[in-house]
Amino acid sequence: MKIAVLSGKGGTGKTLMAVNLASAALTSVYVDCDVEEPNGHLFFKPQQKSERTITVKIPYVLTNLCDGSRRCVDFCRFHALAYVNNKLMVFEDICHSCGGCSLVCPNHAIKEKDKAIGIISRGLSENVEVLSGFLNPGEVSGMPIIKGLLDEARQIDKLTIIDCPPGSACPVMESIRDADFCLLVAEPTIFGTHNLNMVHELVNVFNKPFAVILNKCGNGENPAKTYCLERNIPIIAEIPYDQQIADISSNGHILVRENNTYHKLFSTILFDVQARLKS
Amino acid sequence: MKILVPVDNPIFEGNVCVSFARAPYFLIYDEANQEKKFIKNSAADSQGGAGIKAGQLVIDSGASVLLTPRIGENAAQVIKSAGIKIYKTIGESIEKSLQAYLNNELAELDDVHPGFHGHH
Repeated sequence: MKIAVLSGKGGTGKTLMAVNLASAALTSVYVDCDVEEPNGHLFFKPQQKSERTITVKIPYVLTNLCDGSRRCVDFCRFHALAYVNNKLMVFEDICHSCGGCSLVCPNHAIKEKDKAIGIISRGLSENVEVLSGFLNPGEVSGMPIIKGLLDEARQIDKLTIIDCPPGSACPVMESIRDADFCLLVAEPTIFGTHNLNMVHELVNVFNKPFAVILNKCGNGENPAKTYCLERNIPIIAEIPYDQQIADISSNGHILVRENNTYHKLFSTILFDVQARLKS
Repeated sequence: MKILVPVDNPIFEGNVCVSFARAPYFLIYDEANQEKKFIKNSAADSQGGAGIKAGQLVIDSGASVLLTPRIGENAAQVIKSAGIKIYKTIGESIEKSLQAYLNNELAELDDVHPGFHGHH
C-alpha cells in the first residue's frame, strides 16, 4: 500500500505526518519527494547509507558537422540555444532536456551528454527504509529525481509513505500518481484552507481516495474543518497545536519513537486508512 | 553602423524600455542614412530564456551597438560573444541617449544583473 501525504502550502506538517506514519508501521518505506527541501532524513538519521547520482541529458555540438541551419535554435522553446559567430552556444542551466534539438538537426551535429542534477540516498532507520531525493540548487526540475525515487520504492514490497513537495503542480502530481490513498494535511487558517482546496481539487482530478488530517488544531475557529464538514470530506485525525509536539520535532526526534500516546495516534491513522481502502 | 535600443513603443519620440529582453519593441537606427526601423521583440513574452532569444535577435538584426539601461547575464553573454558593444542609456528619452552615444558620451554597461528567471 502506498500513502501520499500532501498539502497545498509548506509548513502544514506533511513531513511530521509522513515521518511518524512511517515510524508507526511495523515496517515501511519513507520516500521524501520534496527534493528541493528534503528534511525527513533529519528525523530518521538513516544508517548504512548508499547514494546514487541522478543525471539528465543535455546537448553538445559536433562543430564540424554543424552547417548553421539553426533548426535547433528555432525549435528550442526554452531558448537554451543561440547561434553566434557561426557557432552554437548551449545554455545548460536553461535546457529542459527534451532532446528536441538533436532530433531536428538535419546533420546529426547535436549529441547528448549526462549532467548530474542531484542524488538519491537510501538508508535504514530502525523499522523504516528511508529514500530521500536531493536536487542540486538552481536546477530547472526535480522530476527526474522524483521518478527515480518512486521507481526505487516500487521495488520494495512494504507499506510506502510518500512525503510530497508542497503545492499542487507537476512534482506533486508525479508524487501521488502511484498512491493508493492521499492524506491531505491542513492547518486552521484561511490561507491553509485555500491551499487545502487546491490539493482537494487535485486528488479529485486523479480520482484518488483521500482524507484530511487537521494539524495545529486550537480552541479557535478552524476554517479548514468547516471546509471539510461542508463538503463531507472525511477527517481522519485532529492533531492539537501542542508544545510537546513542537519540542520533540524541533529537536529532530520522531514523536512515535518518543511517546506511546503518539504511537497510538499515528497507528490509528494507519489502521483507519487501511479500513477505508478495504471498504 | 546599426544601433539597437529596447523601447516601450514603436515611436522615436518615446521612451527607452527599462528592460532589455522583455522590451516590447527594438529600435534599429542606421547611422549611415539615419533610417529608423522598429521591430517587435518576439522574445518579450517567452516563458523563459528571453535574454538568450533577445540576444539572438540583436545579432540577427545586424546591429553592432546596443544601448540599454540594463541587461541580464545570459543576454549579455550572447551579445558580447558576437562582439557587439553594450552602452548604458541616460534618462528615458530615446533621442537623448542616441544623441549622447553619437557624441561619444555614453559609458559601456558593465553591471550585468543575474536575470529575473521565474520572477515575472
